[in-house]
Amino acid sequence: MAPRTLYDKIWDDHVAHQAEDGTCLLYIDRHLVHEVTSPQAFEGLRMSGRKVRAPEKTIAVPDHNVPTTPGRDKHIDNEESRIQVEALDKNAKDFAINYYPVSDIRQGIVHIVGPEQGWTLPGMTVVCGDSHTATHGAFGALAHGIGTSEVEHVLATQTLIQKKSKNMKVEITGSLRPGVTAKDITLSVIGATGTAGGTGYVIEYCGQAIRELSMEGRMTVCNMAIEGGARAGLIAPDEKTFAYVMGRPHAPKGAKWEAALAYWKTLFTDEGAHFDKVVTIRGEDIAPVVTWGTSPEDVLPITGRVPAPEDFTGGKVEAARRSLDYMGLVPGQKLSDIAIDTVFIGSCTNGRIEDLRAAAEILKGKKIKVKRAMVVPGSGLVRAQAEEEGLAQIFIDAGFEWRLAGCSMCLAMNPDQLAPGERCAATSNRNFEGRQGRGGRTHLLSPQMAAAAAITGHLTDVRDMMGVEA
Amino acid sequence: MDKFTKLTGIAAPMPLVNIDTDMIIPKQFLKTIKRSGLGKNLFDEMRYTLDGQEIPEFVLNQPAYRKAEIIVAGDNFGCGSSREHAPWALLDFGIRCVISTSFADIFFNNCFKNGILPIVMPQEVVDVLMEDAKKGANARQTVDLEAQTVTTSDGRVFPFNVDPFRKHCLLNGLDDIGLTLEKAASIDAYEAKAASAFPWA
Repeated sequence: MAPRTLYDKIWDDHVAHQAEDGTCLLYIDRHLVHEVTSPQAFEGLRMSGRKVRAPEKTIAVPDHNVPTTPGRDKHIDNEESRIQVEALDKNAKDFAINYYPVSDIRQGIVHIVGPEQGWTLPGMTVVCGDSHTATHGAFGALAHGIGTSEVEHVLATQTLIQKKSKNMKVEITGSLRPGVTAKDITLSVIGATGTAGGTGYVIEYCGQAIRELSMEGRMTVCNMAIEGGARAGLIAPDEKTFAYVMGRPHAPKGAKWEAALAYWKTLFTDEGAHFDKVVTIRGEDIAPVVTWGTSPEDVLPITGRVPAPEDFTGGKVEAARRSLDYMGLVPGQKLSDIAIDTVFIGSCTNGRIEDLRAAAEILKGKKIKVKRAMVVPGSGLVRAQAEEEGLAQIFIDAGFEWRLAGCSMCLAMNPDQLAPGERCAATSNRNFEGRQGRGGRTHLLSPQMAAAAAITGHLTDVRDMMGVEA
Repeated sequence: MDKFTKLTGIAAPMPLVNIDTDMIIPKQFLKTIKRSGLGKNLFDEMRYTLDGQEIPEFVLNQPAYRKAEIIVAGDNFGCGSSREHAPWALLDFGIRCVISTSFADIFFNNCFKNGILPIVMPQEVVDVLMEDAKKGANARQTVDLEAQTVTTSDGRVFPFNVDPFRKHCLLNGLDDIGLTLEKAASIDAYEAKAASAFPWA
């Protein structure tokens, strides 16, 4: 057999039907569901008298518009949000799917809950009505976002109609320098390739710097594959992956574990396999970065200055002008001079325990200078662990609000929103106009950099605080 | 799903690149449990002021484009989230076709599920169609899916590519789920095979 990429192997093992024109029915191993993109799909099933084909492979959790303040398990003030959460409660019950309601400590952001509970395993196909499903690629699972019609299709058939994407390799060579994180890798890749650079591709991230990342870091990298336009991001599983998975509630045990492990160890790109596109970045060249504009590709090292529209070409000139106007920034301004009103630490990109540890390390014994700062753990279990490790107290002592789990201010569907003109340093994944609230201004960065901005009140090179040379 | 065969209509020019799904339909409108009624909030934050007044400069608020059925857009239209509310909002407004140099993957898929035809054209063709669209309401473009052509208001014809399966579904207004269920035997066979090959999955 010709050498195959990791993507080729997972794809080949999931084709249930292939038509003459190459259109495939791809079998889906795990279907994750949340309250915002599923009600119309369940309604469609009801109207056509269809059932969920594999309820045991379907996992639901409310996350997008749940409040992150106490009492939410008793009552949600916003009527529309409440109706959506109640609809998911009912759909989960009626269709007998796995469910973590708001009252369950395991509730959290769907992309944090899946891996945490061992639903996500190497070599699987994972879909969800959410673009950040790419997160699960960190396990060597083929994972991507789908629309609501496709949610209904997967519920009814456990398959997806797909044509194969092209293969793209993103290699990060060498090691990261101190103060540089997985978030800086993934933002730097998008900065280099653009938000459409991955369109039509599945990306495999590889190289020493990727291997050296923890599973949490790998999830951060894959999470933003979609921001680069790719259908999915993948990282080949290794000992770190197996160690993370072992013993989780829904991970295989005993003989099944041994069988799974033997298969998982075959999940790597063969020597000589073909990639349609290759991007290589030296790990040593990556700096702590921030975004300055309203597209995730608007990335610069924190030591840089706000660019001018004339620095760009084509349609990007006008887009940059619009971005700078929206962001209230002036070309030439130092990025580290930009004053911040609000800091948000959380989201499926950076809401895991390692992210909270990294931010707390910077914040220890310090006080915030911003108007408000909040930490929203990615799941109830992350929250509990952070409390046990004393991280919660560090955040609270520094002046942060310590919230309950959910998507929160990443997309501001719940009450956690920016006011017009309010400027936020956020560990989330999108800086689009209005993303965190109409007129709100978002700068994307790592948890460490967010903590640094909280302390100084402006975008800050975290390396200055760590005593590390830039 | 409504069929898409041939459409002659007003094309609205939106040259901005990276028009994302948060622009197309902001998150506060995702709280619905229905598919319909989103057209009034299409491009909400670009279209209305904070107190709900129309912003006259926005293209779909201009008299010539209020009944647009086609959008000619800058690169990477529909990037961002997987929300199908974006094509639902376009459709509810009356848009049946979007033409750009590139589309985000999930948005592109979602369009076909809702009877909207996204067309990828090279930059030089998008430039011609954009200039034609800027002429206003008297300039109607024709999109012929069967023939796979777009014709400008002054008769210039440009061919486009479309996946044959998707074309077939759009032309006939076919429901994907119904088509897939016809292949249920293949899915059963896969599940039987996987149960022994991947018993942990």
